[in-house]
Amino acid sequence: MLRVIRDLLKYDGRFRFAFVFLLAVLILAISSAISPYDPGRTFKVPADQPPSLQYPFGTNSRGQDMLWWMAFALRNSLFLGLMTAVVSRVIAIFVGLTAGYRGGFVDRALMSINDSFIVMPVLPVLILLSFLLRGRMSLVMLALILGLFGWPWDARLIRAQALSLKERAFTRTAVYSGTGSLKITLNEHLPFVLPVVFATTVANMLWSIGMEVTLSVLGLSNVELPTIGTAIFWANQHQALVAGIWWWLAAPVVVAIVLFLGLYLLFSSVNEYIDPRTRLRLMGG
Amino acid sequence: MALLNVENLRAYYRTEMYGISRTVRAVDGISLELQRNEIYGVAGESSCGKTTLIKVIAGAIKPPLKVEEGRVHYQFGEFDVDMLRISPDDLRSNVRWKEISYVMQGSMSVLNPVRRVITTFEDVVATHQGYTDKAAFLAQTREHVRKLGLPPDVLNLYPHQLSGGMRQRVAIALATVFHPSLIIADEPTTALDVVVQRGVLQMLKDIQAESGNTVLLVTHDLAVHANVADRVAVMYAGRLVEEAPTQLIFHAPRHPYTQHLIHSLPMIGDKSPRASLGGRPPSLANPPAGCRFHPRCPHVLDRCRAEAPEMLRLAGGQRVACHLITEGVR
Amino acid sequence: MRNFVLRYLIPRLGQWVMVIFLGVTLTFIIPRLSPNDPVERQVSQIMMSGANINPEAVAHLREALTEMYGLKGSSFQQYLAYWGRLLRADLGPSLSTFPTPVTQLIARAMPWTLGVLLTAVLISWILGNLFGGLASYYPKNPFIRVIDVLSQAVRPIPYYVMSLVMLIMFAYVIRIFPFSGAYPPGTRVQFSLPFVLTVLKHSALPALSLVVVGMGGWFLGMKSLTSNIISEDYVVYAETAGLRENKILFQYVMRNALLPQITGLAMQLGTIFSGALIMEVVFGYPGMGMLTLQAVMANDYSLIMGIAIFSIIGVATSVLILDLIYPLFDPRVRYQ
Repeated sequence: MLRVIRDLLKYDGRFRFAFVFLLAVLILAISSAISPYDPGRTFKVPADQPPSLQYPFGTNSRGQDMLWWMAFALRNSLFLGLMTAVVSRVIAIFVGLTAGYRGGFVDRALMSINDSFIVMPVLPVLILLSFLLRGRMSLVMLALILGLFGWPWDARLIRAQALSLKERAFTRTAVYSGTGSLKITLNEHLPFVLPVVFATTVANMLWSIGMEVTLSVLGLSNVELPTIGTAIFWANQHQALVAGIWWWLAAPVVVAIVLFLGLYLLFSSVNEYIDPRTRLRLMGG
Repeated sequence: MALLNVENLRAYYRTEMYGISRTVRAVDGISLELQRNEIYGVAGESSCGKTTLIKVIAGAIKPPLKVEEGRVHYQFGEFDVDMLRISPDDLRSNVRWKEISYVMQGSMSVLNPVRRVITTFEDVVATHQGYTDKAAFLAQTREHVRKLGLPPDVLNLYPHQLSGGMRQRVAIALATVFHPSLIIADEPTTALDVVVQRGVLQMLKDIQAESGNTVLLVTHDLAVHANVADRVAVMYAGRLVEEAPTQLIFHAPRHPYTQHLIHSLPMIGDKSPRASLGGRPPSLANPPAGCRFHPRCPHVLDRCRAEAPEMLRLAGGQRVACHLITEGVR
Repeated sequence: MRNFVLRYLIPRLGQWVMVIFLGVTLTFIIPRLSPNDPVERQVSQIMMSGANINPEAVAHLREALTEMYGLKGSSFQQYLAYWGRLLRADLGPSLSTFPTPVTQLIARAMPWTLGVLLTAVLISWILGNLFGGLASYYPKNPFIRVIDVLSQAVRPIPYYVMSLVMLIMFAYVIRIFPFSGAYPPGTRVQFSLPFVLTVLKHSALPALSLVVVGMGGWFLGMKSLTSNIISEDYVVYAETAGLRENKILFQYVMRNALLPQITGLAMQLGTIFSGALIMEVVFGYPGMGMLTLQAVMANDYSLIMGIAIFSIIGVATSVLILDLIYPLFDPRVRYQ
């Protein structure tokens, strides 16, 4: 595993970028533990200070140091992303494997529902949901809700994997030799399914953090909680751009870009490394 | 005068990724001659380098494939072609499809799925010859296709509406549009059932008989060679091990590998069990030293492990590369 | 023909019905799961704003609201009534701009969203696919290289972040484009040339932010698709047959690669739509996105519901339209 990381670091520029980006993001997020300020408090520092050595990200109109605020924001956003990923993984694996293994009517029914979720624009529904839960929305709650909507794409991929595994010779052998189906799933098939799960996790994280920002910008989440989205929300509320306080908007944007780019580059470089077909294609000349 | 002269051809695949480089010696020192008006068969197991050989002969050399050494020289009636040095434009205007054409392996899927069959004919003719009168071209094509025994309506259909055998025959019709001097057929009968196979092979034989051109037929199926080929060459791990007129190679094979291949063919009435050869074909990235067949050869000599045998010319137009012959053992 | 209708048409229509059914049911269930009773909320809101309202009027209001919200009767009756109203295109009145019907508000905002969305999607899809196809044949071309790197950099960035970046860059730092809106406040909406030009100028940034991210995505997708298709038998055959590069690229490779891209577009419409919504909020563009924001700010429950339902039906129908266009491009579906 470490060898894989070392290889990727040496040969793939994208992975190097991803590594640096994500490291920076993690450091910032973890540093929230030693923040001198409570993100819930306002007017702790002079307001509207442009970025300087003392305040690397500047301060906003509410008198908060943007650097430390973003540290908390990152931590929360990452937490949200991971939680959503876990919840939707569980659902996706369940749906995907069941549909793949059972086949027939169960499969068609599940996939029909699945495709409906893919086609349906999730945002309006989420807006409705958040609107009604306003004021009671905690981060965990949001993660749960997002998880309930984020599984269909991945469920399809897992199902495809299950379908191909079902037909493989070693599965038949295991079945004929009397191995219980649960054991087959866990012991034989999981090593094939897990890479798909991992690959989709990062994509899912990107999606969920994105959704959180969208909902927060509309003011539909808990705006007291620092996240990347609420940063933008508050900046909009205080007309940051008009007032010339561009760093209030720039900070979450830059952080978001670094985070997203890092996750995405990680995802695509690891994916290419794992998939033998792309490796072969890259070798040609 | 030989149509094609291949001398000492070496063609390798070189790949480099994540710091690991590999060289696959797909064709490692092959020399042969193709005569006019003959069907020349190339036999061998999968991944013995047959397809690479054809690629080089047809001039389809793209990275990571690289010709390391050798000569590939054609003598078409009026002009000569050095395949390794010809320019792509020259290749396209004068040689491709007019002198050399190709019937691919798995011809089920050589036709563009989203366009009608006739459009492929249009594309091919337009590229190499051009046509001014569309109606005349259509009539000509329909006639060509009909002469080959295909219903002319086939041209208006989409590929997925045709059966596999039908598509294969359309591919052959495409290959013969300009009546080329050399038709290269790569596994034309694989994945077809026997009845259809017969139709395809008959079509090839008829075409060859009528135009007197050369057909290079590559397949692992020895039965096909027995049926159709005038001469057969046997390839193993990137090298030729034996070459002889069909009758000779089936009745008196000299190389142990060929002998094994011939003897493992089922024969009606013969119920004796067939012996299987131990081991597997070697990896072309890491071939054995000396004679490539020596790890599996039942009559291996010490010399075979160290030294690769040269092609020896025997009576009746037979060539063999085996130390057992040179040593006079067999 | 019958085969086509059975195997393709009916399942697609079925999917359309399923999405709408599921979506509408969701919008029906969700409010009823919430602990917040919208009627009570509304009543308390009004009671808090007004000074003296006699209890009889309040009871009357409560009754009217319950009826309006469709909360009368058992759940099943409500459900049927819900569908009934929908089929009559009645989404109820907006609460913040009582009694303007929700449908009217949506009708006013929808053309703006549709305009920018349609243009942006068309441009980004066509250009992205075109360049993506070219990229597989001319990968060393410097222009293509630039697009490639940019696309990869931009790909993971969600629409709104891109919108924000564009806003900061082009409306603030380099002041080419206006800040917000589709026209300066106070301008009358009319079909005159100066108005149209102003609209174009204001719409440029919003559209651009959608196009930039979108095009990157299509470019990368097409590039990867065509790289796979290049090794397909029929392409190798065309090359062996000596056909010219241009011909192979367009007639053999791209024509086949476009098929999954059409399907991909259908699958992504939901996401693109959501992206457009948020882009409008960032830019203050007077489409469905801004309408949503206003609705949220004003606690206009029925407007939000209406927008949700309309979005679901709109996107599902667009997907259906794409699904119906697809057979025109793929003969394998036309002739089974």
